Amino acid sequence: MLEAFTEFFRQMAEEYPRWNFIFFYDERQWNRIVSGMKYTLILSVACVIFSVIIGVVGAWLQGSSNAWVRRSVQGYIQFFRNTPPFVQLLFFYFALGQFTPTILGDDGWTEYPIISNVGWAIISLSFFAGAFNVEIFRSGIEAVPESTREAASSLGFSRLQTYTEVVLPLAFRVSLPALNNNLVNLVKTTTQAIGIAVPELLYESVGIWNDFPSAQYPTMLLLFVAFILLVGILVYGMHRWERAMKIPGYGN
Amino acid sequence: MLKKLITKTLATASAFSIMVASAHAACTNDVWNKVMERGKVVVGVKADYKPWGFRDASGAIVGMEIDIAQAMADAMGVELETVAVQSSNRMQFLEQGKTDMFIATMSDREDRRKIVGITSPPYYTSGTNIMAPKALGFKSWEDLRGKDVCGKQGAFYNQVVTNRYGVNVVAFTGNAEAKQALRDKKCVAWVYDDSSIGSDLASGEFDQFEMPLASEDDNPWGLAVPIAERDCVFGNFMSGLIFNMHQTGQLIELEKKWGIQPTKYLVDQKDKYADWLAK
Repeated sequence: MLEAFTEFFRQMAEEYPRWNFIFFYDERQWNRIVSGMKYTLILSVACVIFSVIIGVVGAWLQGSSNAWVRRSVQGYIQFFRNTPPFVQLLFFYFALGQFTPTILGDDGWTEYPIISNVGWAIISLSFFAGAFNVEIFRSGIEAVPESTREAASSLGFSRLQTYTEVVLPLAFRVSLPALNNNLVNLVKTTTQAIGIAVPELLYESVGIWNDFPSAQYPTMLLLFVAFILLVGILVYGMHRWERAMKIPGYGN
Repeated sequence: MLKKLITKTLATASAFSIMVASAHAACTNDVWNKVMERGKVVVGVKADYKPWGFRDASGAIVGMEIDIAQAMADAMGVELETVAVQSSNRMQFLEQGKTDMFIATMSDREDRRKIVGITSPPYYTSGTNIMAPKALGFKSWEDLRGKDVCGKQGAFYNQVVTNRYGVNVVAFTGNAEAKQALRDKKCVAWVYDDSSIGSDLASGEFDQFEMPLASEDDNPWGLAVPIAERDCVFGNFMSGLIFNMHQTGQLIELEKKWGIQPTKYLVDQKDKYADWLAK
């Protein structure tokens, strides 16, 4: 069965020189796809988690009574939301990477930064998506009626308690559709990590079609399919979550 | 209705395949004729690969490959227009007709011959080597096993050295980023064309670095015409032009003009194609 499958694509490459699905019959190329997929998954999962945490914390700090805290959150949002993520990546890795401590390699010359390129990609992409998430959660928080908040504080809840026990659970439900969109975008933005040589799916794909120009279109198709699946799983999970958290009369 | 659609599709498909088959059988010389009628040839060249193709202070694209393109245009009696291309789009530009041909530091590889018409003989050749800090004192390729080496996305030898020596190639999208990573000591070496590394070292910006290994995988560089015209007027003309440039030593002169380290390949080719009456 597998034999027939690989043979079919080998034959196809012979007959149509632009449609060489090399990764379906050359094990080495397949392994590159698998390893690229692994890094894309690592980046996606880590960035989704960190960016949501940044969003929740940032939205809370936005309501702080200290003007400087509010201003710095605003500054953070303006910077990360209004600049291209690709430039952020390059700047973090090359410019900020200079100031992080390094570990001297065994050869006495190489300096391994304690934050690798994968680390920088996770940090920079999380901050990028996190800036949007802060605004998304803010919109949710503002949708919670003032009277609900007052009711909570009249029951003796502190500011933090009101936020975590009353406002956030309600705000979260309102924010989910918008959050969904941003996280989908985040997963697709992980491909930009190619700029700092993170061997994710796009990096490996470009490598394959540079080594085998005949495999260019098939590899692009594979990228589409891989991201449709990846984003599909994310959206499916988010919808399930949305439904599970549904409370009658509040949001969807 | 459906049946009609299927028959129609099949008819179109078979007509198309006949067209494709006949394109190889008979020479229509479409691109060549178009160039002659227009009086201008559009050539894809590199604009970021000193000294083969780069921009001078005035912004004009100059270099060894542009000189070859000029020699070609002169021989055809047409005007030359250059278009800056990249490794990742040079073949696509030619396929789409955005350029009539290209001379863009492309290694002649089997897989590429299926897509564009690479003519023989090649006009240049380069091997793979590394730029590494003198402090590390590498002696052989084996010394690199298991180490991080910076590279450039799109170079065919990334895969070759990975498979042969177990080198871990960290490939960046541009030369500048890769060389910056080497300066930042994020990798032990930068793997690239020996000729390009040679001119980098000569520039004086890399004093603590050297090119310590024996070059590997000497690979000819091929210029390309549309694949349908490789065995027609255009392809045969290019073969003849490059043959003459080898025989008359013009290529060696160009190499000297642009300050490229003399390659044994060009000298060998000049001997090989030497005019037997001129001896």
